[in-house]
Amino acid sequence: MKFLRQSATIAWKDLRSEIRSKETLNASMSFAIVILLLFSFAFQSDSEVIEQISGGLLWLVFAFAGALVVNRSFSRDLQNDCLDALLASPVSGSAIFLGKAVANFAILLVIEFASLLIFGVFYNVDWTRQLGALMMTILLATWGMSVVGTMFSAMTVNLRLRELMLPMLVYPILIPCLLAAIELSAKLVAGTPLAGDMYLWVRVLVGFNIIYTALSLALVDTVLVG
Amino acid sequence: MREKLIYALAAVAALLLTRNLYQMFIGLPDEVLQGAIYRIIFFHVPAAFTFMTGALVSMLASILYLARKDFSADSVAAAVTEVALVFGFVNLLTGMIWARIIWGVWWAWDARLTFMLISCLMYAGYLMLRRSIEEPTQRARMSAVLSILTFPAVVITYKAIDWWRNQHPGPVLTFRTGGGTMDPGMEQVLWLNFLGILLFATVLMMVRMRQEEIRREIDGLRREAHAI
Repeated sequence: MKFLRQSATIAWKDLRSEIRSKETLNASMSFAIVILLLFSFAFQSDSEVIEQISGGLLWLVFAFAGALVVNRSFSRDLQNDCLDALLASPVSGSAIFLGKAVANFAILLVIEFASLLIFGVFYNVDWTRQLGALMMTILLATWGMSVVGTMFSAMTVNLRLRELMLPMLVYPILIPCLLAAIELSAKLVAGTPLAGDMYLWVRVLVGFNIIYTALSLALVDTVLVG
Repeated sequence: MREKLIYALAAVAALLLTRNLYQMFIGLPDEVLQGAIYRIIFFHVPAAFTFMTGALVSMLASILYLARKDFSADSVAAAVTEVALVFGFVNLLTGMIWARIIWGVWWAWDARLTFMLISCLMYAGYLMLRRSIEEPTQRARMSAVLSILTFPAVVITYKAIDWWRNQHPGPVLTFRTGGGTMDPGMEQVLWLNFLGILLFATVLMMVRMRQEEIRREIDGLRREAHAI
């Protein structure tokens, strides 16, 4: 209980600092819009083609914008040695990690829903036909992205080549999660109800989240404190 | 002592691999459907198993490092990952050559191939991470964590042919199918070649580990000299 309360405090601290500065939100939101625009030049705006590629398109946008979000997660606290103060406080590394993952999850969700709205307008796609299942997919995959992203943000926070190493390490590890999200989203945006083979991808997402949440919570103390 | 062991293992590996080559090219006939190209399986599968064994050892050594803070475990993890990655790429290359002849294309985006490529990229990321951290304790800690986080991808690669419908052939070895899918003579050569390649990989790993230890020694001496 105390652990969850501590995590909630950290999450709220990160969210409040983000709401006040809006630096990550603004940067990644405009980045997401730019990518959506660029993709619209790359593909014909034929609605059938767009529905087929919608999963890939959306999740590439989310993944690119997500890397910007998680990159700031720990480096934001480097100023004035805030990270050292956080680690010295009577809060465990895993509580700090969970709090930051939750904050990233919330920020990512805001960016994703805004991107979805823009996607619907720019590409003339009605993505609300399987709204419940699509929301579930987005929630599951975004949690996976937040957990892995936050973990690697913690690992790379003190590296010289942080901006370079983070996407290098995060994207390959995220592939099972992104692949499942892409497969599910493409079908759900096209209006196909959740059935048959699609449950395999839901299982991949759930499995991925369980494995990486457990591993990250177990290992993050080693990464942060040593 | 260790050098003698390296030479002895290398000699056994060389003998075994030569014997296997003879058996593969002279002893065994061509396969009915695929012709001569099927022989690539004797390198393709053992290379994959060597890669997976290496990944497992790397993960175990990483856990050991985190538990005991013993730098020799870190050396094992670094050395074994590097060697395993080479065999990972051997597996991908041999697979691609086979695919070009049997499927007509170099590459297909099916689950097994994709996850194998991802695993290799992740271990390449591991090696890059090692190079980007100067401080030895931090380097050992971060790379140990990364090795543990990367291992699930290897498990997914191994199970991909069971979980998804693939262009990659399904399981053929007896321990997975219960028998009847591969000629026993061919399977025996495959396992013996796995042993040969594994021995060869062990030799490479031991040489690489020695280099890693020497590097750490030099680093320590340099630091000492710097302090003086």
